[in-house]
Amino acid sequence: MGKKLLLEKVNIPGIETYEVYRREGGYKSVEKALKEMTPEAMVEEVKKSGLRGRGGAGFPTGMKWSFLAKPEGVPRHLVCNADESEPGTFKDRYLMEKLPHLLIEGMIVSSIALGANTSYIYIRGEYAYVYKIMEKAIREAYAAGWLGKNIQGLGYDLDVHMQIGAGAYICGEETALLESLEGKRGNPRIKPPFPAVAGLWGRPTVVNNVETIMAVVPIINLGGDAYAAIGVGKSTGTKLISASGHLNKPGVYEIELGLPVEEFIYSDEYCGGIRNGRKLKAVVAGGSSVPILPAHLITHTTNGEKRLMSYESLADGGFESGTMLGSGGFIAMDEDTSIVKNLYTFTRFYHHESCGQCSPCREGTGWMEKILNKILQGKGTLEDVDLLWDLQKNIEGKTICPLGDAAAWPVASAIRHFRADFEEYVRNPGQIRDVKHYYRLHNLAEA
Amino acid sequence: MARVTIDDITIEVPDGTTILNAARMIGGDVVPPAMCYYSSLKTSGGYCRTCIVKVEQGSEKDPRPMPKPVASCRTTVMDGMVVRNITSPEVLEARAGVVEFLLANHPLDCPVCDQAGECHLQDLGYQHGKAETRYEFPRREFEKIDIGDKIQLHMTRCILCYRCVKVADQLTPSRVHGVLNRGDVGEISTYIQHAIDNEMSGNIIDVCPVGALTDKTFRFKSRVWFTKPVDAHRDCPTCSGKVRLWYKGDEVLRVTGRKDEFGEVIKNEDGSTAWVCNSCRFDHKKTSDWVIEGPSKVQRDSVIGANHYLHEVKFETQLAQKFLEAGQRAELGEGFLNPNNV
Ligand SMILES: Cc1cc2nc3c(=O)[nH]c(=O)nc-3n(C[C@H](O)[C@H](O)[C@H](O)COP(=O)(O)O)c2cc1C
Ligand code: SF4
Ligand code: FES
Repeated sequence: MGKKLLLEKVNIPGIETYEVYRREGGYKSVEKALKEMTPEAMVEEVKKSGLRGRGGAGFPTGMKWSFLAKPEGVPRHLVCNADESEPGTFKDRYLMEKLPHLLIEGMIVSSIALGANTSYIYIRGEYAYVYKIMEKAIREAYAAGWLGKNIQGLGYDLDVHMQIGAGAYICGEETALLESLEGKRGNPRIKPPFPAVAGLWGRPTVVNNVETIMAVVPIINLGGDAYAAIGVGKSTGTKLISASGHLNKPGVYEIELGLPVEEFIYSDEYCGGIRNGRKLKAVVAGGSSVPILPAHLITHTTNGEKRLMSYESLADGGFESGTMLGSGGFIAMDEDTSIVKNLYTFTRFYHHESCGQCSPCREGTGWMEKILNKILQGKGTLEDVDLLWDLQKNIEGKTICPLGDAAAWPVASAIRHFRADFEEYVRNPGQIRDVKHYYRLHNLAEA
Repeated sequence: MARVTIDDITIEVPDGTTILNAARMIGGDVVPPAMCYYSSLKTSGGYCRTCIVKVEQGSEKDPRPMPKPVASCRTTVMDGMVVRNITSPEVLEARAGVVEFLLANHPLDCPVCDQAGECHLQDLGYQHGKAETRYEFPRREFEKIDIGDKIQLHMTRCILCYRCVKVADQLTPSRVHGVLNRGDVGEISTYIQHAIDNEMSGNIIDVCPVGALTDKTFRFKSRVWFTKPVDAHRDCPTCSGKVRLWYKGDEVLRVTGRKDEFGEVIKNEDGSTAWVCNSCRFDHKKTSDWVIEGPSKVQRDSVIGANHYLHEVKFETQLAQKFLEAGQRAELGEGFLNPNNV
């Protein structure tokens, strides 16, 4: 069994309530932080832990924290990014639903480390029921003296406010999130300045993902070194993976980073193999934005090494033959999956979610969607595939925020690794490629 | 001060200058095209991506190149920075890609558009785009909206540069329009056809790089290249009263701000911008209202500057290349690209 740091106690009945959570050792890290540690020492522990942002980019959290500007007399803020909208990613929802107090505990220790007295949780609009769970937990935490003035009589003040989004993916991008939190249209800001210097209301701000903030709790409790002992290389600790697609056991798993991908897919401890004894065709390993890889490249790198669930190993081979850990949205597709259809779904999503500020993303995403639709309808040509390639290239790296890249990479990787699938559509117009899948899905006899 | 080298030309500029403004100080063809940046409008720029350049060396201290092309209008120079614009095939290629995106959903209705002839998108298309479109789908369309009795919004032509929104934010007492909706169905609009009605609102016409915001009093009166621009001024209690009158025969067909070589309304001696109030723009259309200074020099390389385009595509690049080879690149000052000088 792999070690669990966040989900260790998730199956204890009533763990979502304050009483049970506290009885099971909850909020200990806050006591430790306020009684035994200085904020600097806390940041140091987080640095030592090697924790990297779990929201997608994998930026070292300790380093991000140490960049936070500390001008005299200006309040600083911690903002928790709970906007989780990346297709294929649903770990933050699970975490908040099951362990709301762990997030609050993480918010408190992180705020102490950063010197923030007002912190925010920005939660995805569609997670309205999770909002209610969190709201209840926050009320309990206030009632028990863990939030508000003079926490537990230990001399620290902290208020935590929650804001619910309105369903826009782009508001998960940290600067769009800040705009939205300020009550404005959720357009990403042009950086610099970075939030660490001028974030919420122009004040120094740290934005962290739900899972990142939760992971600070075991780091404070166990120490940075103990956390860093788990995992492999620069991928330390545990990571939550949202596994979906044609797997026997889809779900949210906490893995030790460094777990072989093959083991994750096929072992009974995790996903238990591909459904219905089918063969694996492709995997999107880190949420819809990261490059898709064919089965042989997801299990092994091009030089024959076993691929591991870690930031470095998944990225091995660059975009030619590698991908990214991203947010940990692991989508497995079996042999009957239409890569083109899947890509169309993703592209439609990015088109719909583009904020429209920069011309390449605004115009390019819609254009790519239209071409893919045309190909799916059997009206595509080989030139269309080349045009798609050109368009993604013209979007990538030319936009304000990474949504443009996120829209380009799936297209690039699908064409790079599955060009034959596109050509099938072009050469056999009108043929539905995944007809078998359709029949099985609807329990029909195959024609 | 910071020393920055753009396309092999080195210039010293004050700290905090953007790459685009440094290039404008050098002048000529190293200046990246800018469709959304507007020097008189704070926080403008960053959206259209036509001004992208490659930073080959970040600075003296940190010589690493920047991994992606950057928007020159929003990137400040560092001492020792090395930038490539027209000497980088990569940049030109990327820019052509941006132009293609900007034109993908553009109606190309120039024959019936009042902006034609002084349209920055036209110029951009000619100078940095490709001759043919690869976009084959129906183009986005919007209904025309009258925002007040003097200004028409033709959203179908809009490139969402946000300039008019910033004018409304920064020049007028209260903003009544903005961007509604998201992505490629986003639109500039007033909430439920509210009229834009305040004395400086006409400036949104001048800042619009395309024909999305046009002067209704000039509607279909003439193609701009048949009108004669004359600089004039009057004592105006509201604005600086420095304008450009556009004549056809003896008749003033429209009044606009005076624009510089970058298509921006000029600055007054004190550094403020010579915005034009609505009274000057819409209500003073008689020669007797004005003190005439003389024929305007249209500095922009465009249809109205030259009456026609001399070269079809990218003559800039070819020229630059030629001069570069001859080693005389640096001496060619401002405006050498003006077809009249070639
Ligand atoms: C389009 C877009 C959507 C994003 N959505 C999320 C999100 O839903 N949740 C999240 O934690 N990070 C999201 N991010 C990443 C954030 O911008 C930011 O990097 C992250 O919240 C930082 O937290 P971390 O360092 O803890 O990972 C998104 C980024 C982009 C470009
Ligand atoms: S890349 Fe797309 S989503 Fe991001 S700022 Fe530009 S238009 Fe908006
Ligand atoms: S002018 Fe720089 S991005 Fe538009």
